[in-house]
Amino acid sequence: MLLLRRLATALPSIAGVIIVTFLLTRALPGDPAAYFAGPAATTQAIDEIRHQLGLDRSLPVQFLDYLGQLARGDLGTSLSTGQPVLAELLTRLPASAELTLLGLVLSVVIAVPLGIAAAMRPGAPVDHFCRVVTTAGVSLPTFFTGLLLVYVFYYLMGIAPAPLGRLDVFSSAPPHWTGFYLIDSLLARDLPTFGAALAQLVLPAATLAIFSLAPLARITRASMLAALGSEFVRTARASGLSRRRIVYVYAFRNAVLPVITTLGMVFSFLLGANVLVEKVFAWPGVGSYAVEALIASDYAPVQGFVLTMALLYVLLNLGIDLVYGLVDPRVRLEA
Amino acid sequence: MNTAPASVPLLAVEDLSVEFRTRSGTVRALDRIGFELHRGETMALVGESGSGKSVTAYAIMGILDEAARTTSGRIVFGGLDLVHADDKAMGEIRGRELAIIFQNPRTALNPIRPVGRQIADILLRHGNVTAALAPQHAIDMLARVRIPDPKRRALSYPFELSGGMCQRVMIAMALACEPQLLIADEPTTGLDITTQAVIMDLIAELAAEQNMATLLITHDLGLAAEYCGHIAVMHAGHIVETAPTAALFATPRHPYTAKLIAATPGGAPDLAGLASIPGALPDLRRADLPPCRYTARCERVATDCEELPLRRLALGAGHHVACHFPL
Repeated sequence: MLLLRRLATALPSIAGVIIVTFLLTRALPGDPAAYFAGPAATTQAIDEIRHQLGLDRSLPVQFLDYLGQLARGDLGTSLSTGQPVLAELLTRLPASAELTLLGLVLSVVIAVPLGIAAAMRPGAPVDHFCRVVTTAGVSLPTFFTGLLLVYVFYYLMGIAPAPLGRLDVFSSAPPHWTGFYLIDSLLARDLPTFGAALAQLVLPAATLAIFSLAPLARITRASMLAALGSEFVRTARASGLSRRRIVYVYAFRNAVLPVITTLGMVFSFLLGANVLVEKVFAWPGVGSYAVEALIASDYAPVQGFVLTMALLYVLLNLGIDLVYGLVDPRVRLEA
Repeated sequence: MNTAPASVPLLAVEDLSVEFRTRSGTVRALDRIGFELHRGETMALVGESGSGKSVTAYAIMGILDEAARTTSGRIVFGGLDLVHADDKAMGEIRGRELAIIFQNPRTALNPIRPVGRQIADILLRHGNVTAALAPQHAIDMLARVRIPDPKRRALSYPFELSGGMCQRVMIAMALACEPQLLIADEPTTGLDITTQAVIMDLIAELAAEQNMATLLITHDLGLAAEYCGHIAVMHAGHIVETAPTAALFATPRHPYTAKLIAATPGGAPDLAGLASIPGALPDLRRADLPPCRYTARCERVATDCEELPLRRLALGAGHHVACHFPL
């Protein structure tokens, strides 16, 4: 029930996203009809293509057409590949999702303990280390970190595989269940493929992790410091509770609330950062698909991509709200 | 410890000095204070804000913050010097032998943990019960502090309870392991006046039941007089006068105590009759603090006060005063 009500509040933002993406793609420079007619086409041929694509009709009519297609689950057809956008997004989405989630997990696994350690000993070497890592992380753009990692670990040291997609040329994709190669290869008990997929994932995931480390480590440190200095931690100390219990049960469970909020924000940053990282690592995800379509003035995939991201973002925020409610009893009551 | 003769105090604070290192200098928050508390006794530490009452309480509990340093003295509790006790020993004593109730009960409780579990955490820590029995013991404790419907309340979070209820929970936590000494640090600040009386009565009653010593920290001399057998008056990190309550009110010997009594409602028939105390606490960061820190506000000040070291004069029957020219 709560879930449904929370979902309903997301509807206006989804409607907004539909309108904005429609208008934005129409406002983009470049004429898709001219692009697809080719450099040698006559004006007449271009007009004919424009008519075929429905681009000669008024914007409101085009918009109604677009809505009608959406209602039928039709995101249109890509002009450059000739494939339905929905099918292409669905095959490419798991690649992006696997990469982003692994990057996020890697980032949390490093940032949260680092933030806690820094908060426990402010001013100590671990605190300075945390500050250096977070400052470096935010100051490096992802495509640069990505290229740097490729240069060092593939070109110089030769311990990483070539940055050419999800699997090297010698492996074949595991049977499709979830679309996540790591999970599918394990389900198929195919350890060599698991290893190959993991090897391909490490560098791009690390790139995303380095980027998202900073906000997470900082917020963990700050909220942990606040929690450790709070009155209820003082009460816990005065009650003789063990240090472990004070730090992890009393302080950390309270400090984790802002971390969860930040996690949601970081995930949406990562969705954006993905576009460039996928380009650098030739990752067959939705980000690189959208960039190629954008360059070709191919409306349908761009619209489909933005809409997918918006839906993901809404679902993500819903998930964050639910997790928040699990941790903080005060939120449950308000909802 | 239970076999100690009555003449040995339960708690003896001797010559205790505490400093805080801050960016703007060293704050001499406590300067060679001393007092004694016997088993079952009730004593109040009274003084205005910043006089060092809470610092004294935190020093006894060993929960001063990182910037604090104990520069002299001992805190002897049940034969053990708490100043030099290690963390492990302190962890055993806190919550079991020594307990504290804070002001602002709502923020002093963990906001996202049911109150029953917070009590159970303490019971489990000090090994009095098994994990299976702890929740029931926590409910029993809530019943002892007269929380209605304790079984349901044990599952409540602090934000679902009133301030008075939260303070009852704090008391239940403090008394869970039947401590020898309870420190109540402004336990009724922030509660409305009728709740104040109920909470204080509850503390007094439970303390008497368990023959537990109580150290009440308050700025309210009237409250101290009502509930405590002895009163220690603090001013700017000094204990200026210690006396049995009746003696303190009948014959205050320190000029500050006299002013404080004159400034307490109840002594005067109307508001106009209430006296205020001129001046303010000295800046405790000053390097050239006079031996008596009341000199700047004192009407009886003489050159001796600014030159001779402060002495604690015994005036008989537990009455001590730190003044060269007592009233």
